[in-house]
Amino acid sequence: MKQYTDQGKKDTRSGFGEGLLQAGRENPQIVALAADLRDSVKMGAFAAEFPQRFFQCGIAEANMVGAAAGLAITGKVPFIGSFAEFVTARVYDQLRQEVCYSHTNVKIASSHAGITLGEDGATHQTMEDVALMRALPGMTVIVPCDFNQTRNATLAVARHIGPVYLRFGRPAVPNFTDPDEPFRIGKAYVMTTGSDLTILCYGHLVWECLQAARILEEQGISAEVINVATIKPLDKETIMASAKKTGAVLVAEEHNMAGSLGESVAAVLAASSPCRMSFVNGGDRFGESGSPSELMMAYGFEPVNIAEKAKELLSR
Amino acid sequence: MTDTIELGRISTQVRRDVLRMVTSAGSGHPGGSLSIADVMTCLYFGVMEHNPATWTRDAKGQDAFILSAGHLAPVYYSVLARAGYFPVSELSTLRRFGSRLQGHPCVTDALPGVFKPSGSLGQGLATAAGIALGKKMDGDTHKVYVLLGDGESEEGEVWESGMWASFHKLDNLIAFTDLNGQQIDGPTANVAGISDLEEKWAAFGWDVILADGHDHQSILDAFSLAVSRNGKPKMVLFRTEMGHGVDFMAGTNKWHGKAPSEEQCAQALAQLEETLGDY
Repeated sequence: MKQYTDQGKKDTRSGFGEGLLQAGRENPQIVALAADLRDSVKMGAFAAEFPQRFFQCGIAEANMVGAAAGLAITGKVPFIGSFAEFVTARVYDQLRQEVCYSHTNVKIASSHAGITLGEDGATHQTMEDVALMRALPGMTVIVPCDFNQTRNATLAVARHIGPVYLRFGRPAVPNFTDPDEPFRIGKAYVMTTGSDLTILCYGHLVWECLQAARILEEQGISAEVINVATIKPLDKETIMASAKKTGAVLVAEEHNMAGSLGESVAAVLAASSPCRMSFVNGGDRFGESGSPSELMMAYGFEPVNIAEKAKELLSR
Repeated sequence: MTDTIELGRISTQVRRDVLRMVTSAGSGHPGGSLSIADVMTCLYFGVMEHNPATWTRDAKGQDAFILSAGHLAPVYYSVLARAGYFPVSELSTLRRFGSRLQGHPCVTDALPGVFKPSGSLGQGLATAAGIALGKKMDGDTHKVYVLLGDGESEEGEVWESGMWASFHKLDNLIAFTDLNGQQIDGPTANVAGISDLEEKWAAFGWDVILADGHDHQSILDAFSLAVSRNGKPKMVLFRTEMGHGVDFMAGTNKWHGKAPSEEQCAQALAQLEETLGDY
Protein backbone atom coordinates (compact mmCIF):
# COMPACT_ATOMS: atom_id res chain seq x y z
CA MET A 1 0.00 0.00 0.00
CA LYS A 2 1.27 3.42 -0.89
CA GLN A 3 2.43 5.31 2.19
CA TYR A 4 1.89 8.99 2.81
CA THR A 5 4.05 11.07 5.13
CA ASP A 6 2.88 14.06 7.09
CA GLN A 7 5.13 16.93 6.01
CA GLY A 8 4.06 18.90 9.08
CA LYS A 9 0.62 19.92 10.26
CA LYS A 10 -0.93 22.98 8.63
CA ASP A 11 -4.44 24.39 8.35
CA THR A 12 -6.18 24.07 5.00
CA ARG A 13 -7.39 27.67 5.24
CA SER A 14 -3.76 28.82 5.04
CA GLY A 15 -3.44 26.78 1.87
CA PHE A 16 -6.30 28.87 0.50
CA GLY A 17 -4.57 32.07 1.60
CA GLU A 18 -1.36 31.12 -0.16
CA GLY A 19 -3.23 30.03 -3.28
CA LEU A 20 -5.26 33.25 -3.38
CA LEU A 21 -2.12 35.38 -3.16
CA GLN A 22 -0.47 33.42 -5.96
CA ALA A 23 -3.61 33.55 -8.11
CA GLY A 24 -3.79 37.29 -7.51
CA ARG A 25 -0.24 37.68 -8.80
CA GLU A 26 -1.12 35.65 -11.90
CA ASN A 27 -4.37 37.42 -12.75
CA PRO A 28 -4.99 41.13 -12.08
CA GLN A 29 -8.75 40.59 -12.45
CA ILE A 30 -8.91 38.61 -9.22
CA VAL A 31 -10.50 40.51 -6.33
CA ALA A 32 -11.40 39.42 -2.82
CA LEU A 33 -14.28 40.34 -0.53
CA ALA A 34 -14.54 39.59 3.17
CA ALA A 35 -17.29 39.94 5.75
CA ASP A 36 -15.25 40.98 8.80
CA LEU A 37 -13.35 37.66 8.82
CA ARG A 38 -10.48 38.65 6.53
CA ASP A 39 -7.75 37.10 8.63
CA SER A 40 -9.78 34.08 9.78
CA VAL A 41 -10.29 33.06 6.15
CA LYS A 42 -6.68 33.99 5.36
CA MET A 43 -7.27 36.82 2.92
CA GLY A 44 -4.84 39.07 4.82
CA ALA A 45 -1.79 38.49 2.61
CA PHE A 46 -3.82 39.18 -0.54
CA ALA A 47 -5.30 42.32 1.03
CA ALA A 48 -1.83 43.56 2.03
CA GLU A 49 -0.33 43.04 -1.41
CA PHE A 50 -3.39 44.17 -3.39
CA PRO A 51 -5.21 46.75 -1.25
CA GLN A 52 -7.01 48.14 -4.30
CA ARG A 53 -8.42 44.69 -5.07
CA PHE A 54 -9.62 43.80 -1.59
CA PHE A 55 -13.04 44.96 -0.38
CA GLN A 56 -14.27 44.76 3.15
CA CYS A 57 -18.02 44.20 3.34
CA GLY A 58 -18.51 44.09 7.08
CA ILE A 59 -20.94 41.75 8.76
CA ALA A 60 -23.33 41.83 5.83
CA GLU A 61 -22.92 38.66 3.80
CA ALA A 62 -25.94 39.08 1.53
CA ASN A 63 -24.57 42.32 0.13
CA MET A 64 -21.16 40.71 -0.24
CA VAL A 65 -22.60 38.04 -2.55
CA GLY A 66 -24.48 40.56 -4.68
CA ALA A 67 -21.54 42.96 -4.88
CA ALA A 68 -19.31 40.08 -5.97
CA ALA A 69 -21.85 39.18 -8.66
CA GLY A 70 -21.77 42.76 -9.90
CA LEU A 71 -17.98 42.79 -9.98
CA ALA A 72 -18.07 39.49 -11.89
CA ILE A 73 -20.41 41.03 -14.46
CA THR A 74 -17.74 43.65 -15.18
CA GLY A 75 -15.13 40.92 -15.73
CA LYS A 76 -13.54 40.66 -12.30
CA VAL A 77 -12.97 37.25 -10.69
CA PRO A 78 -14.24 37.72 -7.12
CA PHE A 79 -13.48 35.41 -4.20
CA ILE A 80 -15.87 35.92 -1.29
CA GLY A 81 -14.88 34.51 2.05
CA SER A 82 -16.43 33.77 5.42
CA PHE A 83 -17.22 30.86 7.70
CA ALA A 84 -18.97 28.02 5.89
CA GLU A 85 -22.28 28.64 7.63
CA PHE A 86 -22.37 32.32 6.67
CA VAL A 87 -21.45 31.91 2.99
CA THR A 88 -23.96 29.13 2.41
CA ALA A 89 -27.09 28.83 4.54
CA ARG A 90 -27.21 32.50 5.42
CA VAL A 91 -27.04 33.65 1.79
CA TYR A 92 -28.63 30.73 -0.02
CA ASP A 93 -31.09 32.81 -2.03
CA GLN A 94 -28.36 35.25 -3.07
CA LEU A 95 -26.12 32.38 -4.22
CA ARG A 96 -29.02 30.86 -6.10
CA GLN A 97 -30.21 34.04 -7.84
CA GLU A 98 -27.16 36.28 -8.13
CA VAL A 99 -24.49 33.66 -8.70
CA CYS A 100 -25.84 30.41 -10.14
CA TYR A 101 -28.95 31.55 -12.03
CA SER A 102 -27.06 34.68 -13.03
CA HIS A 103 -24.06 32.66 -14.33
CA THR A 104 -21.61 34.96 -12.58
CA ASN A 105 -18.01 33.91 -12.08
CA VAL A 106 -18.03 34.11 -8.27
CA LYS A 107 -15.79 31.90 -6.08
CA ILE A 108 -16.98 31.06 -2.58
CA ALA A 109 -14.15 30.53 -0.08
CA SER A 110 -15.73 28.67 2.79
CA SER A 111 -13.65 28.31 5.92
CA HIS A 112 -14.17 26.71 9.34
CA ALA A 113 -16.40 24.03 7.84
CA GLY A 114 -17.52 20.95 9.74
CA ILE A 115 -17.26 19.94 13.37
CA THR A 116 -13.48 20.44 13.44
CA LEU A 117 -14.18 24.13 13.89
CA GLY A 118 -14.32 22.94 17.47
CA GLU A 119 -15.07 25.05 20.49
CA ASP A 120 -17.44 27.59 18.90
CA GLY A 121 -20.12 24.94 18.81
CA ALA A 122 -23.07 24.11 16.58
CA THR A 123 -24.01 27.66 15.50
CA HIS A 124 -20.76 27.79 13.53
CA GLN A 125 -20.21 24.10 12.72
CA THR A 126 -22.04 23.66 9.47
CA MET A 127 -22.51 20.03 8.48
CA GLU A 128 -25.08 20.80 5.74
CA ASP A 129 -23.16 23.09 3.39
CA VAL A 130 -22.06 20.52 0.84
CA ALA A 131 -25.69 19.42 0.45
CA LEU A 132 -26.88 22.99 -0.03
CA MET A 133 -24.21 23.80 -2.60
CA ARG A 134 -24.63 20.49 -4.47
CA ALA A 135 -28.30 21.30 -4.94
CA LEU A 136 -27.61 24.50 -6.87
CA PRO A 137 -27.61 24.07 -10.67
CA GLY A 138 -24.25 25.07 -12.12
CA MET A 139 -22.32 25.08 -8.84
CA THR A 140 -18.99 23.24 -8.70
CA VAL A 141 -18.23 21.86 -5.21
CA ILE A 142 -14.64 21.23 -4.11
CA VAL A 143 -13.26 20.08 -0.75
CA PRO A 144 -9.48 19.60 -0.77
CA CYS A 145 -7.83 17.35 1.83
CA ASP A 146 -4.77 19.24 3.11
CA PHE A 147 -2.77 22.44 2.88
CA ASN A 148 -1.00 21.58 -0.37
CA GLN A 149 -4.14 20.46 -2.14
CA THR A 150 -6.11 23.48 -0.91
CA ARG A 151 -3.48 25.85 -2.31
CA ASN A 152 -3.40 24.04 -5.65
CA ALA A 153 -7.19 23.80 -5.77
CA THR A 154 -7.44 27.55 -5.19
CA LEU A 155 -5.23 28.12 -8.25
CA ALA A 156 -7.41 25.79 -10.32
CA VAL A 157 -10.58 27.48 -9.07
CA ALA A 158 -9.18 30.90 -10.00
CA ARG A 159 -8.64 29.73 -13.58
CA HIS A 160 -12.00 27.95 -13.86
CA ILE A 161 -14.89 29.92 -15.34
CA GLY A 162 -18.12 29.58 -13.36
CA PRO A 163 -19.33 29.52 -9.75
CA VAL A 164 -17.32 27.36 -7.37
CA TYR A 165 -17.80 26.43 -3.73
CA LEU A 166 -14.40 25.77 -2.13
CA ARG A 167 -14.64 24.31 1.38
CA PHE A 168 -11.78 24.16 3.85
CA GLY A 169 -11.22 24.15 7.60
CA ARG A 170 -9.74 25.72 10.69
CA PRO A 171 -7.47 23.21 12.51
CA ALA A 172 -3.91 22.29 11.64
CA VAL A 173 -4.02 18.83 10.07
CA PRO A 174 -1.46 16.55 8.38
CA ASN A 175 -0.10 17.89 5.09
CA PHE A 176 0.69 14.89 2.93
CA THR A 177 -0.10 15.40 -0.75
CA ASP A 178 2.43 16.30 -3.44
CA PRO A 179 2.92 20.08 -3.29
CA ASP A 180 3.64 20.19 -7.02
CA GLU A 181 0.64 18.22 -8.25
CA PRO A 182 -1.74 20.57 -10.07
CA PHE A 183 -5.35 20.23 -8.95
CA ARG A 184 -7.76 18.87 -11.53
CA ILE A 185 -11.37 19.90 -11.01
CA GLY A 186 -13.68 16.91 -11.47
CA LYS A 187 -11.04 14.26 -10.76
CA ALA A 188 -11.24 11.79 -7.89
CA TYR A 189 -7.75 10.93 -6.66
CA VAL A 190 -7.02 7.25 -6.04
CA MET A 191 -4.71 7.47 -3.03
CA THR A 192 -4.16 3.73 -2.47
CA THR A 193 -5.16 0.86 -4.70
CA GLY A 194 -6.97 -2.01 -3.07
CA SER A 195 -9.20 -4.97 -3.86
CA ASP A 196 -11.46 -5.69 -0.85
CA LEU A 197 -13.29 -2.41 -0.43
CA THR A 198 -13.41 1.18 -1.61
CA ILE A 199 -13.25 4.05 0.86
CA LEU A 200 -14.47 7.36 -0.56
CA CYS A 201 -13.69 10.49 1.42
CA TYR A 202 -12.78 14.17 1.20
CA GLY A 203 -11.40 17.01 3.31
CA HIS A 204 -9.97 16.32 6.73
CA LEU A 205 -11.10 12.68 6.66
CA VAL A 206 -8.80 11.66 3.80
CA TRP A 207 -5.83 11.39 6.17
CA GLU A 208 -7.96 9.50 8.70
CA CYS A 209 -9.09 7.07 6.01
CA LEU A 210 -5.50 6.47 4.90
CA GLN A 211 -4.64 5.58 8.50
CA ALA A 212 -7.70 3.33 8.63
CA ALA A 213 -6.46 1.60 5.47
CA ARG A 214 -3.15 0.86 7.24
CA ILE A 215 -5.01 -0.71 10.16
CA LEU A 216 -7.02 -2.80 7.72
CA GLU A 217 -3.89 -3.81 5.81
CA GLU A 218 -2.39 -5.17 9.03
CA GLN A 219 -5.49 -7.33 9.32
CA GLY A 220 -5.20 -8.57 5.75
CA ILE A 221 -7.84 -6.27 4.23
CA SER A 222 -6.96 -4.33 1.09
CA ALA A 223 -8.67 -0.92 0.93
CA GLU A 224 -8.75 1.44 -2.03
CA VAL A 225 -8.89 4.97 -0.65
CA ILE A 226 -10.18 7.58 -3.06
CA ASN A 227 -10.07 11.32 -2.32
CA VAL A 228 -13.22 12.70 -3.92
CA ALA A 229 -11.95 16.28 -3.82
CA THR A 230 -14.54 17.42 -6.34
CA ILE A 231 -17.98 16.47 -5.10
CA LYS A 232 -19.77 18.09 -8.01
CA PRO A 233 -19.36 17.29 -10.83
CA LEU A 234 -18.70 13.78 -9.54
CA ASP A 235 -15.98 11.61 -11.11
CA LYS A 236 -18.45 8.78 -11.74
CA GLU A 237 -16.07 6.72 -13.88
CA THR A 238 -13.40 6.42 -11.19
CA ILE A 239 -15.98 5.66 -8.50
CA MET A 240 -17.89 3.09 -10.58
CA ALA A 241 -14.71 1.33 -11.68
CA SER A 242 -13.52 1.00 -8.09
CA ALA A 243 -16.95 -0.14 -6.84
CA LYS A 244 -17.12 -2.80 -9.56
CA LYS A 245 -13.67 -4.02 -8.57
CA THR A 246 -14.20 -4.20 -4.79
CA GLY A 247 -17.96 -4.68 -4.50
CA ALA A 248 -18.06 -2.71 -1.24
CA VAL A 249 -18.05 1.06 -0.76
CA LEU A 250 -17.65 3.02 2.45
CA VAL A 251 -18.18 6.78 2.25
CA ALA A 252 -16.63 8.85 5.05
CA GLU A 253 -17.22 12.59 5.34
CA GLU A 254 -17.28 15.46 7.80
CA HIS A 255 -20.86 16.30 6.91
CA ASN A 256 -24.37 15.16 7.76
CA MET A 257 -26.09 12.40 5.79
CA ALA A 258 -28.76 14.40 3.96
CA GLY A 259 -27.43 15.54 0.61
CA SER A 260 -24.02 14.08 1.32
CA LEU A 261 -21.39 12.63 -0.98
CA GLY A 262 -22.62 9.29 0.34
CA GLU A 263 -26.10 9.89 -1.02
CA SER A 264 -24.68 11.17 -4.27
CA VAL A 265 -22.54 8.04 -4.72
CA ALA A 266 -25.43 5.77 -3.69
CA ALA A 267 -27.54 7.29 -6.45
CA VAL A 268 -24.80 6.73 -9.03
CA LEU A 269 -24.12 3.15 -7.98
CA ALA A 270 -27.81 2.24 -7.64
CA ALA A 271 -28.25 3.13 -11.31
CA SER A 272 -25.06 1.43 -12.53
CA SER A 273 -23.41 -1.15 -10.34
CA PRO A 274 -25.23 -1.64 -7.00
CA CYS A 275 -23.03 -2.93 -4.21
CA ARG A 276 -22.82 -3.06 -0.42
CA MET A 277 -22.42 0.40 1.05
CA SER A 278 -21.81 1.93 4.43
CA PHE A 279 -21.47 5.49 5.69
CA VAL A 280 -19.39 7.38 8.22
CA ASN A 281 -20.83 10.87 8.71
CA GLY A 282 -22.58 13.15 11.16
CA GLY A 283 -25.98 11.60 10.67
CA ASP A 284 -28.82 14.03 11.28
CA ARG A 285 -27.87 16.31 14.15
CA PHE A 286 -26.22 19.53 15.23
CA GLY A 287 -22.65 19.68 16.51
CA GLU A 288 -21.39 20.79 19.92
CA SER A 289 -18.43 22.46 21.60
CA GLY A 290 -15.21 20.54 22.13
CA SER A 291 -11.69 20.28 20.81
CA PRO A 292 -11.45 19.08 17.21
CA SER A 293 -9.91 15.78 18.35
CA GLU A 294 -12.61 15.21 20.99
CA LEU A 295 -15.27 15.82 18.36
CA MET A 296 -13.55 13.58 15.81
CA MET A 297 -13.67 10.83 18.39
CA ALA A 298 -17.27 11.52 19.38
CA TYR A 299 -18.36 11.42 15.74
CA GLY A 300 -16.49 8.20 14.96
CA PHE A 301 -14.15 9.91 12.52
CA GLU A 302 -10.95 8.37 13.96
CA PRO A 303 -9.04 5.75 11.91
CA VAL A 304 -10.00 2.96 14.31
CA ASN A 305 -13.70 3.83 13.97
CA ILE A 306 -13.48 3.93 10.18
CA ALA A 307 -11.63 0.59 10.10
CA GLU A 308 -14.32 -0.98 12.32
CA LYS A 309 -17.05 0.31 10.03
CA ALA A 310 -15.19 -1.14 7.04
CA LYS A 311 -14.95 -4.58 8.65
CA GLU A 312 -18.61 -4.46 9.56
CA LEU A 313 -19.42 -3.67 5.92
CA LEU A 314 -17.30 -6.58 4.68
CA SER A 315 -18.95 -8.99 7.12
CA ARG A 316 -22.37 -8.39 5.57
CA MET B 1 -32.28 64.16 -26.22
CA THR B 2 -35.93 63.29 -26.74
CA ASP B 3 -38.28 66.16 -25.75
CA THR B 4 -40.92 65.80 -23.07
CA ILE B 5 -43.77 65.67 -25.57
CA GLU B 6 -42.18 62.70 -27.31
CA LEU B 7 -41.34 61.12 -23.96
CA GLY B 8 -45.03 61.40 -23.07
CA ARG B 9 -45.99 59.68 -26.32
CA ILE B 10 -43.53 56.86 -25.72
CA SER B 11 -44.73 56.45 -22.11
CA THR B 12 -48.30 56.06 -23.33
CA GLN B 13 -47.28 53.40 -25.81
CA VAL B 14 -45.26 51.62 -23.10
CA ARG B 15 -48.40 51.56 -20.91
CA ARG B 16 -50.36 50.03 -23.80
CA ASP B 17 -47.63 47.41 -24.24
CA VAL B 18 -47.72 46.56 -20.54
CA LEU B 19 -51.49 46.08 -20.51
CA ARG B 20 -51.58 44.06 -23.72
CA MET B 21 -48.65 41.86 -22.62
CA VAL B 22 -50.07 41.08 -19.20
CA THR B 23 -53.59 40.51 -20.53
CA SER B 24 -52.29 38.16 -23.22
CA ALA B 25 -50.15 36.26 -20.70
CA GLY B 26 -53.08 35.98 -18.31
CA SER B 27 -50.83 36.85 -15.37
CA GLY B 28 -48.16 39.34 -14.34
CA HIS B 29 -47.80 42.65 -12.55
CA PRO B 30 -49.37 45.64 -14.27
CA GLY B 31 -49.73 48.05 -11.31
CA GLY B 32 -46.07 48.84 -10.67
CA SER B 33 -45.22 48.75 -14.36
CA LEU B 34 -47.77 51.53 -14.91
CA SER B 35 -46.52 53.58 -11.97
CA ILE B 36 -42.89 53.60 -13.15
CA ALA B 37 -43.56 53.78 -16.94
CA ASP B 38 -42.80 57.50 -17.21
CA VAL B 39 -39.53 57.20 -15.28
CA MET B 40 -38.37 54.16 -17.25
CA THR B 41 -39.20 55.88 -20.53
CA CYS B 42 -37.23 58.98 -19.53
CA LEU B 43 -34.31 56.83 -18.40
CA TYR B 44 -33.94 54.91 -21.66
CA PHE B 45 -34.95 57.70 -24.07
CA GLY B 46 -33.63 60.80 -22.35
CA VAL B 47 -31.08 60.00 -19.66
CA MET B 48 -28.90 56.95 -20.15
CA GLU B 49 -25.86 56.82 -22.42
CA HIS B 50 -26.46 53.48 -24.07
CA ASN B 51 -26.43 51.82 -27.45
CA PRO B 52 -28.35 48.58 -28.08
CA ALA B 53 -26.16 47.82 -31.11
CA THR B 54 -22.98 47.62 -29.05
CA TRP B 55 -24.48 46.44 -25.76
CA THR B 56 -22.66 43.64 -23.92
CA ARG B 57 -23.43 42.09 -20.55
CA ASP B 58 -20.13 43.26 -19.06
CA ALA B 59 -21.53 46.82 -19.18
CA LYS B 60 -18.34 48.18 -20.72
CA GLY B 61 -18.39 51.69 -22.19
CA GLN B 62 -22.07 52.35 -21.51
CA ASP B 63 -24.40 53.23 -18.70
CA ALA B 64 -26.07 50.19 -17.17
CA PHE B 65 -29.55 49.70 -15.74
CA ILE B 66 -30.35 47.04 -13.16
CA LEU B 67 -33.95 46.17 -12.36
CA SER B 68 -34.09 45.11 -8.73
CA ALA B 69 -37.88 44.84 -8.46
CA GLY B 70 -38.09 42.02 -10.99
CA HIS B 71 -41.87 41.89 -11.10
CA LEU B 72 -41.70 45.14 -13.08
CA ALA B 73 -40.61 42.97 -16.02
CA PRO B 74 -43.44 44.13 -18.34
CA VAL B 75 -42.38 47.79 -18.34
CA TYR B 76 -38.70 46.76 -18.55
CA TYR B 77 -39.29 44.54 -21.59
CA SER B 78 -41.43 47.15 -23.31
CA VAL B 79 -38.87 49.92 -22.85
CA LEU B 80 -35.99 47.65 -23.95
CA ALA B 81 -37.87 46.59 -27.09
CA ARG B 82 -38.97 50.14 -27.91
CA ALA B 83 -35.36 51.30 -27.45
CA GLY B 84 -34.18 48.69 -29.96
CA TYR B 85 -32.69 45.90 -27.83
CA PHE B 86 -34.91 43.24 -29.40
CA PRO B 87 -37.89 43.17 -31.78
CA VAL B 88 -41.12 44.65 -30.35
CA SER B 89 -42.96 41.63 -31.81
CA GLU B 90 -41.28 39.51 -29.12
CA LEU B 91 -43.31 41.31 -26.45
CA SER B 92 -46.22 39.02 -27.35
CA THR B 93 -44.27 36.07 -25.91
CA LEU B 94 -44.20 37.30 -22.29
CA ARG B 95 -44.41 34.41 -19.83
CA ARG B 96 -44.88 31.81 -22.56
CA PHE B 97 -43.02 28.51 -22.66
CA GLY B 98 -39.72 28.91 -24.51
CA SER B 99 -39.79 32.72 -24.43
CA ARG B 100 -36.77 34.86 -23.61
CA LEU B 101 -39.26 37.09 -21.79
CA GLN B 102 -39.52 35.03 -18.62
CA GLY B 103 -42.04 35.96 -15.95
CA HIS B 104 -39.17 37.62 -14.15
CA PRO B 105 -36.06 38.69 -16.07
CA CYS B 106 -33.16 36.28 -16.50
CA VAL B 107 -29.94 35.97 -18.47
CA THR B 108 -30.21 32.31 -19.44
CA ASP B 109 -31.16 33.06 -23.04
CA ALA B 110 -29.09 36.24 -23.21
CA LEU B 111 -31.93 38.72 -23.73
CA PRO B 112 -30.10 41.88 -24.85
CA GLY B 113 -30.19 44.67 -22.28
CA VAL B 114 -30.56 42.40 -19.25
CA PHE B 115 -27.56 42.17 -16.90
CA LYS B 116 -28.95 39.94 -14.18
CA PRO B 117 -31.96 37.94 -13.12
CA SER B 118 -34.31 39.61 -10.66
CA GLY B 119 -37.46 38.63 -8.86
CA SER B 120 -36.25 37.72 -5.40
CA LEU B 121 -36.50 41.16 -3.89
CA GLY B 122 -33.80 43.27 -2.30
CA GLN B 123 -30.85 41.97 -4.30
CA GLY B 124 -30.43 44.41 -7.17
CA LEU B 125 -28.77 47.20 -5.26
CA ALA B 126 -25.87 44.97 -4.19
CA THR B 127 -25.21 43.86 -7.76
CA ALA B 128 -25.55 47.40 -9.09
CA ALA B 129 -23.06 48.55 -6.46
CA GLY B 130 -20.67 45.79 -7.55
CA ILE B 131 -20.95 46.89 -11.18
CA ALA B 132 -20.40 50.51 -10.12
CA LEU B 133 -17.27 49.49 -8.22
CA GLY B 134 -16.04 47.44 -11.21
CA LYS B 135 -16.49 50.48 -13.46
CA LYS B 136 -14.52 52.65 -11.07
CA MET B 137 -11.71 50.07 -10.99
CA ASP B 138 -11.64 50.08 -14.80
CA GLY B 139 -11.69 53.88 -15.06
CA ASP B 140 -15.03 53.73 -16.89
CA THR B 141 -16.95 56.90 -15.99
CA HIS B 142 -20.36 55.60 -17.07
CA LYS B 143 -23.18 55.36 -14.54
CA VAL B 144 -25.10 52.46 -13.08
CA TYR B 145 -28.83 52.95 -12.53
CA VAL B 146 -30.97 50.66 -10.40
CA LEU B 147 -34.72 50.59 -9.73
CA LEU B 148 -36.16 49.53 -6.39
CA GLY B 149 -39.72 49.32 -5.18
CA ASP B 150 -40.77 51.04 -1.96
CA GLY B 151 -42.21 47.80 -0.61
CA GLU B 152 -39.01 46.04 -1.68
CA SER B 153 -37.08 48.40 0.56
CA GLU B 154 -38.36 46.40 3.53
CA GLU B 155 -35.71 43.80 2.65
CA GLY B 156 -32.70 44.02 4.97
CA GLU B 157 -30.16 43.45 2.19
CA VAL B 158 -31.17 46.79 0.64
CA TRP B 159 -29.75 48.55 3.69
CA GLU B 160 -26.61 46.42 3.79
CA SER B 161 -25.99 47.58 0.24
CA GLY B 162 -26.92 51.14 1.10
CA MET B 163 -24.27 51.22 3.80
CA TRP B 164 -21.64 49.58 1.61
CA ALA B 165 -22.17 51.79 -1.46
CA SER B 166 -21.95 54.87 0.71
CA PHE B 167 -18.82 53.62 2.51
CA HIS B 168 -17.12 53.02 -0.84
CA LYS B 169 -18.32 56.44 -2.17
CA LEU B 170 -19.92 54.91 -5.25
CA ASP B 171 -21.07 58.21 -6.74
CA ASN B 172 -21.48 56.56 -10.15
CA LEU B 173 -24.40 54.63 -8.67
CA ILE B 174 -27.82 56.22 -9.20
CA ALA B 175 -30.61 54.32 -7.51
CA PHE B 176 -34.26 55.28 -7.79
CA THR B 177 -37.38 54.15 -6.02
CA ASP B 178 -40.91 53.78 -7.31
CA LEU B 179 -42.63 55.43 -4.37
CA ASN B 180 -46.15 54.34 -5.20
CA GLY B 181 -47.02 53.56 -1.59
CA GLN B 182 -48.55 50.18 -2.35
CA GLN B 183 -47.54 46.57 -1.86
CA ILE B 184 -49.34 43.24 -2.15
CA ASP B 185 -50.91 43.24 1.31
CA GLY B 186 -51.89 46.90 1.32
CA PRO B 187 -50.52 50.43 1.54
CA THR B 188 -46.82 50.35 2.52
CA ALA B 189 -47.57 52.54 5.54
CA ASN B 190 -49.86 49.82 6.95
CA VAL B 191 -47.89 46.67 6.16
CA ALA B 192 -44.53 46.99 7.89
CA GLY B 193 -43.98 50.68 8.37
CA ILE B 194 -41.44 51.40 5.62
CA SER B 195 -41.66 55.18 5.63
CA ASP B 196 -39.51 58.30 5.67
CA LEU B 197 -37.32 56.88 2.92
CA GLU B 198 -35.85 60.34 2.41
CA GLU B 199 -34.52 60.42 5.98
CA LYS B 200 -33.44 56.79 5.89
CA TRP B 201 -31.33 57.14 2.73
CA ALA B 202 -29.85 60.41 3.94
CA ALA B 203 -28.94 58.72 7.23
CA PHE B 204 -27.17 56.00 5.23
CA GLY B 205 -24.99 58.66 3.61
CA TRP B 206 -26.80 58.96 0.29
CA ASP B 207 -27.56 62.06 -1.73
CA VAL B 208 -31.38 62.04 -1.85
CA ILE B 209 -33.44 63.74 -4.54
CA LEU B 210 -37.25 63.90 -4.66
CA ALA B 211 -39.26 64.20 -7.86
CA ASP B 212 -42.70 63.75 -9.41
CA GLY B 213 -42.51 60.40 -11.20
CA HIS B 214 -45.26 61.29 -13.68
CA ASP B 215 -43.90 64.68 -14.80
CA HIS B 216 -41.35 64.07 -17.54
CA GLN B 217 -39.52 67.35 -16.99
CA SER B 218 -39.32 66.69 -13.26
CA ILE B 219 -37.91 63.20 -13.97
CA LEU B 220 -35.28 64.52 -16.39
CA ASP B 221 -34.28 67.27 -13.97
CA ALA B 222 -33.93 64.81 -11.09
CA PHE B 223 -31.68 62.46 -13.07
CA SER B 224 -29.68 65.41 -14.39
CA LEU B 225 -29.11 66.62 -10.84
CA ALA B 226 -28.11 63.11 -9.76
CA VAL B 227 -25.58 62.81 -12.60
CA SER B 228 -24.08 66.20 -11.76
CA ARG B 229 -23.36 65.48 -8.12
CA ASN B 230 -20.21 63.78 -6.83
CA GLY B 231 -18.96 62.05 -3.72
CA LYS B 232 -21.99 59.99 -2.70
CA PRO B 233 -24.31 57.41 -4.24
CA LYS B 234 -27.62 58.94 -5.25
CA MET B 235 -31.19 57.93 -4.46
CA VAL B 236 -33.99 59.53 -6.46
CA LEU B 237 -37.38 59.02 -4.80
CA PHE B 238 -40.08 59.26 -7.45
CA ARG B 239 -43.53 59.93 -6.08
CA THR B 240 -45.85 57.89 -8.24
CA GLU B 241 -49.32 56.39 -8.33
CA MET B 242 -49.74 52.66 -8.74
CA GLY B 243 -51.66 51.84 -11.90
CA HIS B 244 -51.19 55.40 -13.21
CA GLY B 245 -52.83 56.12 -16.56
CA VAL B 246 -55.82 53.80 -16.20
CA ASP B 247 -58.62 55.16 -14.04
CA PHE B 248 -59.81 51.89 -12.54
CA MET B 249 -56.27 50.70 -11.77
CA ALA B 250 -54.92 53.91 -10.26
CA GLY B 251 -54.04 54.35 -6.62
CA THR B 252 -54.78 50.81 -5.45
CA ASN B 253 -52.76 47.66 -4.76
CA LYS B 254 -55.54 45.60 -6.34
CA TRP B 255 -53.64 45.46 -9.64
CA HIS B 256 -50.22 44.72 -8.21
CA GLY B 257 -50.12 41.18 -9.51
CA LYS B 258 -53.34 40.61 -11.41
CA ALA B 259 -53.97 40.54 -15.15
CA PRO B 260 -56.97 42.38 -16.57
CA SER B 261 -59.62 40.49 -18.50
CA GLU B 262 -59.88 41.14 -22.26
CA GLU B 263 -62.80 43.46 -21.55
CA GLN B 264 -60.96 45.36 -18.84
CA CYS B 265 -57.92 45.62 -21.09
CA ALA B 266 -60.02 47.16 -23.86
CA GLN B 267 -61.48 49.59 -21.35
CA ALA B 268 -57.95 50.53 -20.23
CA LEU B 269 -56.54 50.86 -23.75
CA ALA B 270 -59.36 53.25 -24.62
CA GLN B 271 -57.75 55.64 -22.14
CA LEU B 272 -54.30 55.41 -23.75
CA GLU B 273 -53.65 56.60 -27.28
CA GLU B 274 -51.70 54.29 -29.60
CA THR B 275 -48.74 56.55 -30.37
CA LEU B 276 -45.99 54.35 -31.84
CA GLY B 277 -48.04 51.44 -33.11
CA ASP B 278 -48.90 48.36 -31.06
CA TYR B 279 -46.56 45.38 -31.36
